[in-house]
Amino acid sequence: MKKYAVALGLAAAIAFPALAQAKTVTLNTTLKGYGGNGAYLAIYLTDAQGKFHSTLRVAGGKAKYHSHLRDWSRGERRNVDGITGASVGSGQSLKVSVNVADALIDAGYQIRIDSAVENGRENAAEVVVPLTAANAGKPVSGKGYVKSFSFDM
Amino acid sequence: MLRQFHALPGLLAAILVVMLAVTGAILSLDPILQRAANTPPTAGQISVAALAEAVTANHREVDRIVKTASGAVIAYYFDGDRAAADLVDPKSGQTIGPYAPSDFIRFVTNLHRSFLMGDAGRAAAGIGALAMVVLSISGAMMLAARMGGWTAILRPVCGTASQRWHTELGRFAVLGLMLSALTGCYMSLATFGALPDGAIVEPSVLTDVNGGARAPVAQLAALKSVDVTDLRELAFPKAGDLSDFYVLNTAQGIGHVDAATGAMLGYQPHGLGRQVYETIYMLHTGQGLWPLALILALAALTVPFLSAFGALIWWKRRSALPRIPHNVGAQSADTIILVGSEGNSTWGFAGTLHAALTQAGHRVHTAPMNRLVPAYANAARMLILTATYGDGAAPASAKRFLARLDAVKHPLPVAVLGFGDRSFPHFCRFAEDVAAALHARGWPVLSKLACIDRQSAQEFARWGKDLGNTLGTELTLTHVAARPKTIALELIERVDYGAEVQAPTVILRFAAPKATLNASFWRRLRAPRLPEFEPGDLVGILPPGSDLPRFYSLASSNRDGVLEICVRKHPGGLCSSFLHELEPGVRIEAFLRKNPAFRPARGKAPLILIGAGTGIGPLAGFIRHNAGRRRVHLYWGGRDPASDFLYEGEMTKYLADRRLTHLSTIFSRVSGGGYVQDRIASDANELRDLIQRGAQVLVCGGRDMATGVARGLEAIIGPMGLELQTLKSTGRYLEDVY
Repeated sequence: MKKYAVALGLAAAIAFPALAQAKTVTLNTTLKGYGGNGAYLAIYLTDAQGKFHSTLRVAGGKAKYHSHLRDWSRGERRNVDGITGASVGSGQSLKVSVNVADALIDAGYQIRIDSAVENGRENAAEVVVPLTAANAGKPVSGKGYVKSFSFDM
Repeated sequence: MLRQFHALPGLLAAILVVMLAVTGAILSLDPILQRAANTPPTAGQISVAALAEAVTANHREVDRIVKTASGAVIAYYFDGDRAAADLVDPKSGQTIGPYAPSDFIRFVTNLHRSFLMGDAGRAAAGIGALAMVVLSISGAMMLAARMGGWTAILRPVCGTASQRWHTELGRFAVLGLMLSALTGCYMSLATFGALPDGAIVEPSVLTDVNGGARAPVAQLAALKSVDVTDLRELAFPKAGDLSDFYVLNTAQGIGHVDAATGAMLGYQPHGLGRQVYETIYMLHTGQGLWPLALILALAALTVPFLSAFGALIWWKRRSALPRIPHNVGAQSADTIILVGSEGNSTWGFAGTLHAALTQAGHRVHTAPMNRLVPAYANAARMLILTATYGDGAAPASAKRFLARLDAVKHPLPVAVLGFGDRSFPHFCRFAEDVAAALHARGWPVLSKLACIDRQSAQEFARWGKDLGNTLGTELTLTHVAARPKTIALELIERVDYGAEVQAPTVILRFAAPKATLNASFWRRLRAPRLPEFEPGDLVGILPPGSDLPRFYSLASSNRDGVLEICVRKHPGGLCSSFLHELEPGVRIEAFLRKNPAFRPARGKAPLILIGAGTGIGPLAGFIRHNAGRRRVHLYWGGRDPASDFLYEGEMTKYLADRRLTHLSTIFSRVSGGGYVQDRIASDANELRDLIQRGAQVLVCGGRDMATGVARGLEAIIGPMGLELQTLKSTGRYLEDVY
């Protein structure tokens, strides 16, 4: 029995080498009650100078509106279908878990959020939080539509 | 065919189309109100740089200036950590007040775009727009076909109230609706990516941003060169990031503007798709084009009424067709029965025949004669049952039969059975015309033309037996006339005339009887009401001991509160004798039938009303309802002014209050008297003048009188180069003859 478990663990380690070097990070975003149509959000990583690194999550499925998420859309050039969900309504929350490579944590990278609402504001980088273990679990608020954002890992 | 094209999408998509129209009408108020709130700047009045300068002077940290499609300018800014927005005067940049988009308008917009149901709703809205296109086009084509060509579509319409309303509203709104629907289809297809939606492509970010200290926005060359009329949006660079730049979006293109030098760093002109989209967006919403918004709103507001009247017309048409059990489709039937009927009595015979043939194992299709189709795949024979209308004309359900006959490729063995009344000179005339037309086109005769007199069940049974012999089956036709659904009427007044001149005539006024005490609570609560009718419509009365209704022209509208008829007693007449014996308080059973073919055209054109004897009834009704005081000339003939001058008192009153312009009477039993056709001949000049001015002629009365009047008028209008047939075909000469 024990032999099997060891074999299974070994197989998993070989099959998912990335798991060994990545952390699951849970992103909690709650929007203000701004009373408009659903907000488009882009949650992404930049380096300390604000240079785009990679996308964590996009809320809002119609690609033609993605250009309104200004900073993010200038950085992201790849297809984001796999990490895109529905837009987030006024006063609603979005909770998603993503895998972040260990090498990016406590290495000067930042989590940023761009947001946009139809006939409303377009907020580039309304949330900027350094991706450090110390910041985990500490809620911050954005200047635009984000009432609070925190990440747990 | 065209009618199905119109009715089917109309019924299926009614709710979608009405929702789109009502929400659309509400939304088009927005551009009108916006335009009323502020007038847009003219070209050359203010540059984007000057506008931005004025806005930054009044706000601490401006984020973005947006000019909406309707021309309103909104400044988004931060006041410390508080995000806010102001409405700004586009001519000066001065703050008008805080910008708070209306939740109601947002809700209605979402309802209009997607019925609040996401992509499924968006697809439904697109289908609604498509239905609207189909309805507008098929409706316009039906109108043209009905009025006799595209040049005639603005002529006055005849028909029942719902038909008139539907047509009037439809032709008022059709162009606006077509524009809304076509642009709506485009926008729907653009939403789903099937057509270009003109999405803006930003130029790629360049690295050669100057990065120096920012110049005042008013001095930036690239912003100074752009007029506010061309502005779409100006995004400001982030406060703390010197490598950031302005993004300027205009009607022509999008570019990055260096915040330090004012130079245009990268510029991407909009594609054709963007311009097309903006134009179509403007045409659809009326944003920035408020007179169009007003027109579209008015057009959209007709849609709920168009739907309601359309549904009513459809339902009335449908319920007017008697239900025939086991009615097989036209293409699978072996026997086709076509019915030409003005009322519904011929349908009863068709139903009996249908049932008997079905019993004998045939697959039978029964339809109105107007629904003749070019080919019947499995048919071996056709049976045509038709009445005759008026003086040998086609009845309502057969009016288009002869015109459609030429399209039929394969003649079938055919039998024609006419229904009529032998006492009329043109007994079964239309049936004879149909038989002759079929013969001329080489249709084989299945059995000889036969005619049924006064709905005789015996003659019908005999014809059926003969037909059975021809088909080789026993066919027993037992026809029992269905009694129409009747209403109760109570006689409240009678006025007698003409006994001295051997023409006893009575004007009878009926009202809806008051509910009795043992009637249900709801019936008693409701005031007794007559069903809807107009002067010239018909009331059918079944005299005791007869299944054959007699029809009388109505002299009143239900709005008068009474149902009024004018009846002369005929020697030996079953129904007229019955009516002449009625005393006030007595109730009879009757039913109503619309007669839209005999009604004055609406408008201001003069009316020439001609009648004799009881024919004055509907004419008096028309005069009574001449609220618009159009010119009305009445020519009427009686026997003796001392005895049978019907409606004498009323006519004096109508002359005094100008509902009647001119009354010309003539009496046959006084010395120097004559008939109404004589009076017409002596008034030729006056009549010519009226007809020249577009007058409509309505003739009501006995057959001989009508023939005389027609001949007389023919002679009068001949010198004008007009023919009676022309007046008839344009609805300017109408007859109600008995």
